[in-house]
Amino acid sequence: MTTSKIAKGPSLQQQRVRAAFWFLAPMLVMLAIVAAWPLFRSISFSFTDATADTIFNGKAAWVGFDNYIEQRVRSNGEIRWRGVLLDAEWWNAVWNTVRFSLVSVALETVLGLLVALVLNAEFKGRGLVRAAILIPWAIPTIVSARMWGWMLNDQFGVINQMLLTVGLISEPIAWTARADTAMLAVLIVDVWKTTPFMALLILAGLQMIPRDMYEAAKLDGIHPVKVFFRVTLPLLKPALLVAVIFRVLDALRIFDLIYVLTPQSDATVTMSVLSYRQIQQFGDYGEGSAMSTLLFLIITAFVLLYIKLGRVDLSGEKS
Amino acid sequence: MSHGYRATAFAAMMAVFGAPVAAEEITYVSGAVGAAVENFAALVKPWEEATGNTVKLVPMPASTTDQFGQYRLWLAAGNGDIDLYQTDVIWAPQLADHFVDLTEAAKDLAPTHFPSIIESQTVDGKLVALPIFTDAPALYYRKDLLEKYGVAVPKTWAELTAAAQKIQDGERAAGKGDFWGFVWQGNAYEGLTCDALEWVKSHGGGQIVEPDGTISINNPQAVAALEQAKAWVGTISPEGVLSYQEEESRGVWQTGNAAFMRNWPYAYGLGNGDDSAVKGLFDVTTLPTGGEGMSSAATLGGWNVAVSKYSTKQEAAISLAMYLAGPEAQKNRAINESSLPTIVALYDDADIATAQPIIPRWKDVFLQAVPRPSAPTRGDYNEVSTLFFTAVHSVLSGSTPAADALAALEGDLEDLLQK
Repeated sequence: MTTSKIAKGPSLQQQRVRAAFWFLAPMLVMLAIVAAWPLFRSISFSFTDATADTIFNGKAAWVGFDNYIEQRVRSNGEIRWRGVLLDAEWWNAVWNTVRFSLVSVALETVLGLLVALVLNAEFKGRGLVRAAILIPWAIPTIVSARMWGWMLNDQFGVINQMLLTVGLISEPIAWTARADTAMLAVLIVDVWKTTPFMALLILAGLQMIPRDMYEAAKLDGIHPVKVFFRVTLPLLKPALLVAVIFRVLDALRIFDLIYVLTPQSDATVTMSVLSYRQIQQFGDYGEGSAMSTLLFLIITAFVLLYIKLGRVDLSGEKS
Repeated sequence: MSHGYRATAFAAMMAVFGAPVAAEEITYVSGAVGAAVENFAALVKPWEEATGNTVKLVPMPASTTDQFGQYRLWLAAGNGDIDLYQTDVIWAPQLADHFVDLTEAAKDLAPTHFPSIIESQTVDGKLVALPIFTDAPALYYRKDLLEKYGVAVPKTWAELTAAAQKIQDGERAAGKGDFWGFVWQGNAYEGLTCDALEWVKSHGGGQIVEPDGTISINNPQAVAALEQAKAWVGTISPEGVLSYQEEESRGVWQTGNAAFMRNWPYAYGLGNGDDSAVKGLFDVTTLPTGGEGMSSAATLGGWNVAVSKYSTKQEAAISLAMYLAGPEAQKNRAINESSLPTIVALYDDADIATAQPIIPRWKDVFLQAVPRPSAPTRGDYNEVSTLFFTAVHSVLSGSTPAADALAALEGDLEDLLQK
C-alpha cells in the first residue's frame, strides 16, 4: 500500500483504510468471540487434566503433553505409554474419517456433476425437479439417519425386503450391525443426503459458463464428450474446487449421521464421535480437547494441502 | 384415586410443610420416555393444589447417556435454573456433590422403600436422591409356543438355548421364515452392559468390578457366559441383534416373530395392547441361571429424583421430591405407566394388582436384582461401562475370542481405575 508523504493530514487512502477498519471491527470482534476464543480454550484444555467437575472452577492442572503422550509407571514397576497419539482407537477413528471423507466426497462429486448436467439442460418442469431434488438435503440429518436406520433394519427394513424380492440376497442383511457393511450403510445415507448439495453448487458453476462457447463448439462440429472435457470441465473447475473443499471440511468433522446410525461401532467411529464421547460421556475434557485439537490440525492440513494442489493445477492450466 | 386419599395427603403436606408463603415455579428435568411426559401434569396436580406452587417439566432426550452429559455440564456450571433432576440409578456416585442431602427430609419416607435401592442412592452417608420407580428386566416367553412344542419354562441358559432352537426349527419348518428363538439387546451401548452383566453374574462370574473395587471380570465363568451368548448370534438370535436396543427387540417380539425376549417391564403393557400380535399369548419369568445351584440375575435399573444444590427454591423442591417418591405418586405411576414402585407395601396394593397384575409378580424378579458397578467406579463408571460393552460387543461379533477380550479388558480397567 502506498501513502503520500506530502500530505499533512491523513491521506485519502489512510482515511479509507481507517473507515474500512471500523466497518470490519464488529465482525472481527464477533469472530474472536465465536471462533477464536473457543478454539483457544479447546487447545488450552488439551494441556490440562480438566474434567467435568473442574472445568468451571479453575481447579484443572497443567499437565503439558500428557494427554497426547505420557509415560506412566504402574504400581508393579511396569512402564506403560499412553495418550491419544498412542491410542489405537484414535487412529482407527482417523482412518475411518479419512476413508469416509475421500469415498463420500468422490461419489458425491461425480453424482452431483451428473445431476447438475441434467438439471442444466432445458426441459419442461425444470424448476419443479430442481426443488424436488433438494429434499434430501433439506431433511435434518438426525431425521434422515433415523429414517434410514429403520429402512436398513434387518427384520422390518424396506431395503432388505426389496433386495429379497428381487432376489439379490438370499437372507436379510443386518446393515448397520455388521462390521463389514456398517461403513457402506453410512456412505449410502451420506451420498443420498449430500449429492443434492453438490449438484446445486455445481449447477451454479455451470450456469456461469457463457452459452456462446457451446454454440461455437457446435458450429465447429466438435463431439459433445470432447466439449465436456475441453470446455465445461475447465470452466467449471473453480466452482468444483470450492464445492469439494466445502464437502471435505464437512465430511472430516462428520458426527450426527454416525452417532445416530451406527453408535459406538468400531467400523465407523470418527474423530468427532470419539472426542464427543470423551468429553460428554466420560467428562474427560483434557483428553477430549486433545482429540479436538488433533482433529483441527488434521482438517487444517487437508485444506492447506488441497488449496496448494488446486493452485498448482490452476497455474499449470494457465501456462 | 379417591378423594379421601387426596385430602389426607393434602392435610399431611400442610402439616409438614406449612402453608405456602408464596407460589413458586419448580423446574423439573426428565428424559421423555413413553407416556411419562403426557402423564406428568396429572401426576403432580395434587401437589400443586396442596402447596400452591407450580411445576414446569423440561423434557430431555430418551437416551440416558445424552441426558447425563447435559446434566453434568449444568451442574458443574452451578446452573440454578433447574431445581429437580430425574436421575438414573447409576448416577448417584458421580453427581453426589451437586445434590442436596435428603436424609433428614426423608427420614420417615426412606425406610418404607426397598433398602437396596435407598442404599444405591446413598453416597458416603448422604442420601443423594429419592427413588420414584424401579426397573428390572425379565424373560418374556410365548405360552402358546411352549405348550405347542411341549417345553417347560427354561430355568437355565442352556435350557433356554435348547428350547429356543426347538421352537425356531419347528416354526421355520412350518413356513415362518422370519421366526427367531431369542431376542435381546446387543447394540454397543449401556443396555449391553446390562444384558452382559446378567449373563456373567448368573454364571457366577462376578459383577465386573466388585463393591470393594476389585476388578473381577477376567475369570473362566465370565468367559463361558460370553462364549454362550456369542453362540446365540446367527443361530437362535438374528445377526442384527448386535444393533438392537430395547425397541428393536420388542419390534421382533411384538410382531410374533420370537419365542423368548429379554426386556424391561414397559414391554409388558405394550405387548398386551390391541395392536400387538402376541396379546394374551405371553408371560414373564425371572431370567435364567448359569446352571444348577446358581442364581438368576437381573440388572437393577430405575429412576430417582434429586434436588440441585444450586436451586434457589430448595424447600419447595424437596417437598416435590418427597411427593414424587411417596406412595400416592408411585401408585399413580404404577397404575398408569406400569412402572415398578420402590415402596415395598405397594406390591400388596389391591388397586395396583387389579390394574397391572404383573407388578406384584415382578417382586420375584426384583429380589434378584444386581447393581451395575457404579458405586466402586464413581466418576469413571461411564468409561468402565463403555470398555465393558465394547469388549462384549467384539466377542459377540466374532472379532475377538472371549478369553482374549476379557484379559485385555482387565488391563484397560486397571489402567483406568488404578491411576
